Amino acid sequence: MNRQISFTQSILLGFLGLACFLGFWQGMSMSGLVSEIFLPSPVEVYERFMTLLDRRFAGATLPGHLAASFQRFAYGFLLAAAIGIPLGLLMGWYQLLDEIVSPLFDALRFVAPIAWVPFAALWFGTGIGGPIMIIFAGAFPPCVINAYRGAKFVDPRLIEAANMLGTPSRRVIMEVLLPSSVPSIISGLRVSAGLGWQSLVGAELIVASAGVGYMMVQGQANIQTHTVMAGMVAIGLVGLALDSALRGLERYIQKRRGLDH
Amino acid sequence: MQRRVSIGLATILIVCALWYAATAMFGIIPPGRFPSPAETWSALVHVSGRGYGGGDLTMHVYNSLRLVVMGFLFAIATGVPLGLLMGWSRKAEAFINPIFLIIRPIPPLAWIPLAILWLGLGDAAKIMVIWFSAFVPSVINTFAGVRNIDRPVLEAAYMLGMPKIRFVSEVLIPGASPMIFTGLRLSLQASWTTLVAAELVGAFYGIGRVLNVAQQDLYPGMILVGMIAVAILGWGTTRVLGMAEARALRWNTAALAAKG
Repeated sequence: MNRQISFTQSILLGFLGLACFLGFWQGMSMSGLVSEIFLPSPVEVYERFMTLLDRRFAGATLPGHLAASFQRFAYGFLLAAAIGIPLGLLMGWYQLLDEIVSPLFDALRFVAPIAWVPFAALWFGTGIGGPIMIIFAGAFPPCVINAYRGAKFVDPRLIEAANMLGTPSRRVIMEVLLPSSVPSIISGLRVSAGLGWQSLVGAELIVASAGVGYMMVQGQANIQTHTVMAGMVAIGLVGLALDSALRGLERYIQKRRGLDH
Repeated sequence: MQRRVSIGLATILIVCALWYAATAMFGIIPPGRFPSPAETWSALVHVSGRGYGGGDLTMHVYNSLRLVVMGFLFAIATGVPLGLLMGWSRKAEAFINPIFLIIRPIPPLAWIPLAILWLGLGDAAKIMVIWFSAFVPSVINTFAGVRNIDRPVLEAAYMLGMPKIRFVSEVLIPGASPMIFTGLRLSLQASWTTLVAAELVGAFYGIGRVLNVAQQDLYPGMILVGMIAVAILGWGTTRVLGMAEARALRWNTAALAAKG
C-alpha cells in the first residue's frame, strides 16, 4: 500500500477536502455562472434550513414534516421487523417452510420496492397506509434474509450439545438458536432501516400530502431549489441518526455477549 | 436439490391457482383491487399491441433499459477509478472521504426533485439520478477491494519495480475485482429502483411511466404487467452481470484449482 500518513495529516487533508467542496459550490453560485435559483450557495441552504425550522412550507414546518415522515417510517419498519424476523427464523429452522417460501420470495425480490407504489395507493390510499406499505416493501427482505442466515448458520455443535444434554426443543429455540442469530438480525435491521427510509422518501415524492418528500416536491414545483436542498439535508441527517442508533444497539449487544474485541 | 425444485414448482403452481380462484372464480378479491389472470393477459396484449402510456411495451422496455445501462456504465466509469485511487492513496482517501461522508447519507431517491429542477423530465435527469445511486456502491466496494489485497502481493510488485500502468491493470484491478463485482451488483439493483422512482415522479415513456398512468387510470391489470416487467428486467440484467463476473473472474477459480 501507498505510504502511510499521520493522523494530523489526514485530519488536515479532510478539512481541505471539505473546504474545497464547499468553496467550489459557494464559488459556482456566487460567480453567476449558474443561476442562483438553480444552485443556491451552501450559506443560503443553511439559512433556508433554519427558516424552515419554524416557518410553514407546504402545510407544516420542517420538524412537522419530519414527524409525519418518521411516524410512517416507524410503523412500516416495525411491521417489517415483526413479520420478517420470525418468518426468516422459521425458514432457517424448518426446511420445508424454507423450500415453500424461498421461490416466492426470490421472485418478489426483483420487484423494486418503489414499483409497489401504484398498488399501495390503490389498496391503502395515499395518506398513511400506502406509504407504510412501500416502507414495508423496502424493509422486509433484509429482515427475512438476515434472520434466515442467522438461524441457518448456527454452529451445529451448539445444537448437538443442547440435544445431547436433553434440552427440550422449546428451550433450544429460546436459549440457543435465538441468541446466536441476534447479531445477524441486528445487522439486517440496519440494512432494512436504510432501505425503508429511502423507500419512504420515494413514496412521498410520488404520493403523499405531508412529509419531507412532499415538501421537496412542493419546493421543486415552486422552483425553490434551496427548499429542495434543505429537505435533502434533513433526510440525510435523519438517515444518519437512524443508522448510528442501530449501530449503537449492535455494539451494545456484542459487548454484552462478550463478543467485543 | 431435486426435492427443492419440485417443492418450489408446486408452490408457484398453487399460488397461481389460488390467484385464479380468489379473483376469477369466487371473487374474494374485488376486481378493482387486484387483476385476475385473464385481465393481466389482456393488459399485456393491450400494451404490446395498441400501446399504453405513450408507446408500446417494446418502446417502454427499450427506454428504461437504455437509461439504466447508460447511467450504470457511467457510474462504473467514474466510481471504480475513484475507488481505486482512494484505496491506493491514503492521501486521496483522507481528502475525499469527508465529502463522501456528508453526501452518502442522502438516499439516491432524494436527488430526484433536484435532478428535475436542474435537468427537467427528460433522459438527462434520469441518467443523473441513476449515476448517483450506482456511483456510491461502486466507489465503496472498489475501495474496500483494494484494501483487501494481500500486502505481500503489493510489496512484491513494488520490489520488482513494476511500471505504474501495469501495476494498476495487473495487480490492483484484478486483486480488487471480486469486491468490485459485489459493488456492481448492488449498483445495478439501486439503478433499477431509482429509475422506476424517477419515472413514477415524471417521465414521457418507460416502465415507470406505464405504472404511473395505470395508477391514475385505476387499471390493476396494467399495474401488474408493469411490475412483472420491472422484475424481469431486474432479474435479466443481474444475470448478465453474473455472467460477466464469471468470465472476468475465471482466472481466480483457475488459480485456486492450480493451487489445490
